[in-house]
Amino acid sequence: MRRNRMVAATAGAALVATLAACAPDDGPPTLNWYINSDNGGQAQIAAECTEAADGAYTIETVLLPRDAAAQREQLARRLAAEDRSIDLMSLDPPFIPELSEPGFLAPIPDDVAEAVSENVVQGSLDSATWNDELVAIPFWANTQLLWYRESVVEEAGLDMSQPVTWDQLIEVATDQDRYLAVQGIKGESLTVWINALIASAGGEIITNPGSSAEDTELGLETDAGREAARILEQIGSEGLGGPGLPTSDESASLRLFQGDDASFMVNWPFVWTSTQQAVDDGLLDQSVLDDIGWALYPAVTEGTDSAPPVGGINLGVGAFSEHTDLAFEAAQCIVTPEHQAFYMVNDGNPASNTEAYEDAEVQETFPMYEMIRDSLEQAAPRPQTPLYNEISTGLQETWYPVSDVNPDTSPEAATELITAVLRGERLL
Amino acid sequence: MLAAPAFIVMVAVTLYPIVQAFIDSLSRIRLTAPDANEFVGFGNYAVVLTDPVFWSAMGVTLFITVVTVLVELVIGFALALVMHRAIQNLRGALRTAILVPYGIITVVSAFAWFYAFDISSGYVNSWFDWVPGVSEDLNWFASQGTSLFVIMASEIWKTTPFISLLLLAGLAQVPGELEEAAKVDGATSWQVFKRVIVPNMKAAIMVAVLFRALDAFRIFDNVFVMTNGANGTTVLSLLAYRTSIGRLEIGLGSAVSVLLFLSVVVICFVAIKLFKVDLSSARGGN
Repeated sequence: MRRNRMVAATAGAALVATLAACAPDDGPPTLNWYINSDNGGQAQIAAECTEAADGAYTIETVLLPRDAAAQREQLARRLAAEDRSIDLMSLDPPFIPELSEPGFLAPIPDDVAEAVSENVVQGSLDSATWNDELVAIPFWANTQLLWYRESVVEEAGLDMSQPVTWDQLIEVATDQDRYLAVQGIKGESLTVWINALIASAGGEIITNPGSSAEDTELGLETDAGREAARILEQIGSEGLGGPGLPTSDESASLRLFQGDDASFMVNWPFVWTSTQQAVDDGLLDQSVLDDIGWALYPAVTEGTDSAPPVGGINLGVGAFSEHTDLAFEAAQCIVTPEHQAFYMVNDGNPASNTEAYEDAEVQETFPMYEMIRDSLEQAAPRPQTPLYNEISTGLQETWYPVSDVNPDTSPEAATELITAVLRGERLL
Repeated sequence: MLAAPAFIVMVAVTLYPIVQAFIDSLSRIRLTAPDANEFVGFGNYAVVLTDPVFWSAMGVTLFITVVTVLVELVIGFALALVMHRAIQNLRGALRTAILVPYGIITVVSAFAWFYAFDISSGYVNSWFDWVPGVSEDLNWFASQGTSLFVIMASEIWKTTPFISLLLLAGLAQVPGELEEAAKVDGATSWQVFKRVIVPNMKAAIMVAVLFRALDAFRIFDNVFVMTNGANGTTVLSLLAYRTSIGRLEIGLGSAVSVLLFLSVVVICFVAIKLFKVDLSSARGGN
């Protein structure tokens, strides 16, 4: 490894020298903010914060790959090589412990931690915390809602002001011969669904988060795990997810939901702005938009609150950055409630700060803003562990395709595979 | 001496990474746990070689290699003959048309094929619903057989021009008088092809097959874009990628890469040995 480091350091030094040669000699330091792709909101915020800094620093955005797994790969590899060019990063929450554990994220000063935690929804704080410390700065927080077609619900006589269960959805979809838009693709979306089902049933995928790879204990072989498997299996094997289920991600399920055979969908709030956009562009009929209603994520057991998925982006400050103090300043500017409100309206991504929901434009763009906020407070994060990637991929290996999930064998198969992988005895 | 600079560059860009990968493959290295590296000897190889995931990836890779190379050889030969026989003023346009797929970046062609067959945005299902087994509800990327069909079709479409180009070069070397002599003796077209053209092009055919087999064995882009290894379509390169890059398990991933490299060496070795035998026997036969 030492030789690797030396080579990396030499290459890095050469690169820095080249870059330095291009940069003007004086002037404010440039902070590189590695962002995920969006509608341009982060670049806009970067420009505004640069202006607000009044010459103290300039923020430049660097675009990461489109999907979350590829973002993690790139950041982890760069940070492992002690990349000094990473000042700020937009991080997908499940990967935060993995980057925090080896010290890739600069520790957040207490005063900053206190300031950025104020008025922030619980789901978002949980997702930015590792080993009881805030290691990333909550920016925006995603959660899934249950979206339904009013016409379908009316025909079924379902009271959507009360929490509904997955079994009710299955029953309505079966009776009316319609599709449930869910994410059955072999990917992170499937893990999101499985985790929400298990958490809603009162279980958790890892029962002792924070333990070493060898000692990690899984909570799949429990009633909650089996119940989650039962729901998946029923939706899969009865064809309720449509023929596209094995390859259905969030966008594909939105297309299914916008179609004629739709009934319900679980999905992130971007679907609302996206559908509106489609109507504005003349691709969809206004009647489709008018027919869409929303409710809290479906429960597994009647009378027990559901645990909706939580996602979003938190900001990390690179441990090898030469300007960590400025980066924390910039991060605080980025996550102000005003910027979060702007981002929510512009990019369709919900704010993590409850104050942002008081914004008139937010309330106008997202008529369901209260529900999003409530859902975020009720949400359960995906298992927090530096080994998240193995857990998630292991689940996808054994619980895919959804139609082949078996409540009696799948939890055991997943536990066996993941445990062996964590011990280094199996490939994935 | 004159070759020294080239030799040094070769060593730097090929030998160094290979040696480094081999050294890495002997340890348990995880990028996000820099303090937990430990030397495990050939432990990683034991894990890989006893794992069904590796052998299934090996099987799928071999299957893709054999099928695509065989199909490409047949189609490639036909195209080469067409290009060879085409009348003078059509030749240029024809060759360009045939070579277009090869000029397209693999990732781009993979996406084009993916979107064509995709159940929600594709047109293949509605165009070909008269074919038995194809309907609006067919999800090509939901099972192993159909996924591999699309992956291989895309691979074949993309690289057949390459093989036909190599075969065209071989065709040009077949002496015209031999063909004429055979025709004068009353040989049918098929007999000319089988007895005169093919034996005279054995060397070109072997080179084409070897190059394509090595390429096909390292297939990555099409699988990565279309299924990312779902439904039993994981190939060896993808497994190496997923372990090294996805899981950041450098040690285990290097072991898979080294085994992939060794497989390529074996194919090379076998082919070159066969190739030499063929070359001499072809000459002896003539």
